[in-house]
Amino acid sequence: MGRKGLLIDYEYCTGCHTCEVACKQEHHYQPGQWGIKVNELVMETFHKVAVDYLPFPTDLCDLCVQRTAHGELPSCVKHCQAACMTYGEVSQLVQEMEKKAKTVLFAPK
Amino acid sequence: MGHDKIVTSTAWSPGPGCHGGCGVKLFVQDDKVVRVEGDEQHPFSNGRACPRLLAMTQYMYHPDRITYPLKRVGERGTGKFERITWDEALDAIEEKLGRIRDEHGPEAVLFCQGTGRDIGGPISFLAYSYGSPNWVQLGLGGHSCYTPRLGAMMATQGDYAVLDAAQFSELRYDDPEYELPKVIVIWGQNPMPGCPDGFFGHWIVDCMKRGSKLIVIDPRWTWFASRAEQFLQIRPGTDGALALGLIHVIIKEHLYDKAFVEAWTEGFDELKARAAEYTPERVAEITWLPQDAIIAAARLYAGAKPAAIHWGVPIDMNPEGSTVAQAISHLWCLTGNLDVPGGNIIARPSHGVTTYPFSTQEMHELYGEEFVKRLNEKRIGANEYAMVRNFRGWAQPDLTVQQMLSGEPYPIKACWIQTSNILGGQAVDVRLHHEALKKMEFVVVADLFHNPTSMAVADIILPVASFAEKESFRSWWAPLQVIAPAVQVGECRSDWEINLELAKRFNPELKKRYETVKDLINDRMKVAGTSYDELKQAGGWVMPERGSASRPYRRYEKGLLRPDGKPGFRTPSGKVEFYSRSYAEWGLDPLPYFSEPPASEVRTPEQYEKYPLIMVTGRRSSVYFHSEHRMIPWLRECDPDPIVEIHPSVAKPLGIENGEWVCIENDQGRIKRKAVVTPIVHPKVVSVPHGWWLPEQAGQEPKLFGIWDVNCNVLTPTGTQSKSGYGGGAYKTTLVKVAKLREGRDRNG
Ligand code: SF4
Ligand code: SF4
Ligand code: SF4
Repeated sequence: MGRKGLLIDYEYCTGCHTCEVACKQEHHYQPGQWGIKVNELVMETFHKVAVDYLPFPTDLCDLCVQRTAHGELPSCVKHCQAACMTYGEVSQLVQEMEKKAKTVLFAPK
Repeated sequence: MGHDKIVTSTAWSPGPGCHGGCGVKLFVQDDKVVRVEGDEQHPFSNGRACPRLLAMTQYMYHPDRITYPLKRVGERGTGKFERITWDEALDAIEEKLGRIRDEHGPEAVLFCQGTGRDIGGPISFLAYSYGSPNWVQLGLGGHSCYTPRLGAMMATQGDYAVLDAAQFSELRYDDPEYELPKVIVIWGQNPMPGCPDGFFGHWIVDCMKRGSKLIVIDPRWTWFASRAEQFLQIRPGTDGALALGLIHVIIKEHLYDKAFVEAWTEGFDELKARAAEYTPERVAEITWLPQDAIIAAARLYAGAKPAAIHWGVPIDMNPEGSTVAQAISHLWCLTGNLDVPGGNIIARPSHGVTTYPFSTQEMHELYGEEFVKRLNEKRIGANEYAMVRNFRGWAQPDLTVQQMLSGEPYPIKACWIQTSNILGGQAVDVRLHHEALKKMEFVVVADLFHNPTSMAVADIILPVASFAEKESFRSWWAPLQVIAPAVQVGECRSDWEINLELAKRFNPELKKRYETVKDLINDRMKVAGTSYDELKQAGGWVMPERGSASRPYRRYEKGLLRPDGKPGFRTPSGKVEFYSRSYAEWGLDPLPYFSEPPASEVRTPEQYEKYPLIMVTGRRSSVYFHSEHRMIPWLRECDPDPIVEIHPSVAKPLGIENGEWVCIENDQGRIKRKAVVTPIVHPKVVSVPHGWWLPEQAGQEPKLFGIWDVNCNVLTPTGTQSKSGYGGGAYKTTLVKVAKLREGRDRNG
């Protein structure tokens, strides 16, 4: 089995914080501990204000091994309200990237 | 973590706090909910969930949660309460409210709720069983929360309509009958943080992924605005002018649906004449929008078929909110987008089951026409406002607070406040409401946590169950769903359980009808041909049947909407009325029009010179439901501070840095906020999120958890209601100025 990762389609990430809290619940993380943290980028471009969000899996992300081991989706992926996170093998996620406008692939340790 | 069982249920209110609808899995171990997840099988949310739902365990088992009845033992405001039993609490309430009813009549008691959610059903049931006509969203300026929109839709099209995201079908987007809206207009709403009015916000994202283009109308660059084909950064409070401007262009350029207009509407010529007054030139001046943008938006919306409008509570908060709602709803009728796939589809409570009476018709069905009429004799605002009298059963909130203070035309003696934090939440002019509430002889608060309102005025507090602890039902809009209890927490009881018990004491007739809450639920579910247990057995939810009155599409063609079974709409004329006969009968302008906000650069230029920024309150947070959840650690750390968003061009000359605490003030008061300097707000606008109080601070008077420092409604006025009584709360149009904190005085204060 190849290395696993998270593909984020940040064209559609709304910054809703669901992934963060899903992860905290799953791992009983204390306040201040984040398995994933959503970043906001607000910038004036030529004709508009660009508002983008991107969740960043931290060192506390274990890709939800306890869930994926028995076929369940990682908690963040399952609950993501925009359904913009995909869990899978990195090699396959790369192929997904070819098809999408704005993506980031994370392969946490 | 392990679990003994999984209970599937429906999220609705206490917990996530919301208007509900999600399918939920509650993981239980040793009679404790240890984890909450979305239910993948559920068509409303497909396994997704918001942060508030996922933080349920911290909410349910929070050390500050009230888990048994309390009575006040010290002076009001000292925070001294003592544990009592349910029997003691209910007996005391029965005795006290019974005596007030004998001495002053049942109308002397207000039954106060916050925003709709799951509470409207049980609280109106209790109010009417007690005999009071005064069911009220106390504090809600201009009654500006959905009711103005509902009233406008009911009057002009005989039903309510919502954006079609295939939410009435178990197959959702794959339903062969469904079409995707080619264009979606998001008007004064940010669908990211939650689920307004029974609508899962991220359905809009589902549609975007499938190809819907967006037009966004908002004073803020939301995430949706940044992804829109067209963004109209509108001046707050001028949505009515924009709607009329769009109508103007659509009619002038013949972009409307002629066949639909001819066959199914009346009053087109009158609307055309009215809209002629709203040229793009004039509308541009009123709204701060470029003329071209108004014309382009009209063309994009009307040129796409189907297209749909998704709107938010700022519509109600416009001056003359019920009129603005009328104008916007005309847009989907003019373009033939009413009740067609991918348009604005008629939304009725699933299977005709009423949980929360949303219309006069439903009130009649539950309580009888005679009874509802009788309520009008004493209902506050029913005499002053024909629309209030004829639509739903609310007391008008601005008049209510005046009456609490004046005792005219009759005294108000007590308040039953159920899951509503009036002083930390919806009440405009907080000081006035504080004063009014303190005058009450007796106040019951039913809630899950202490809050500024319970601290200031509660005499008895009843502990309320979260949705995970109760048996209930939901039919707003679809599917018809049951809510199943997973556990018991302390001595908490559900709103229905509390209210049914007291209702029986005030109206012994009810004892024969409902022994348990389940009897009541089953009675309400009879029209659907099912029962609580049956539906629970069958998976917990069911969509309305194809071809039934609560399932789209084109029901006006099939005679499914009118009581007489004829094709057409449930309006006086049977048609969509661009010229509203009901409005005319109620003494209102039958056609939509624009009215300038009560305070603005145009209407009150002197005040504007002193207070040059428009404060828009109420931008939603995905981790809070209005004034809730500030004490939930996982949530608070996502959105920790009461902030104000200021445009860099405003902050710079004032010397305000990002992250610095500033004060916001006007003649009514001053509050403190942490500045977020950002280009997402319009330079003439500051965005000040609502619902802020600080549970970590002292709750006793005079602090009341910091409301005088941080609650934006210290600055908003009362008495700005529309001519109809519905709409006009100045939550989006209050003028303020922002300044750096002054050393000494502000920092310690
Ligand atoms: S995959 Fe699991 S551990 Fe990693 S961020 Fe998502 S929820 Fe947290
Ligand atoms: S849950 Fe999904 S949409 Fe929400 S912030 Fe995380 S990645 Fe973005
Ligand atoms: S706000 Fe929406 S996602 Fe959250 S629990 Fe309520 S219905 Fe579900």
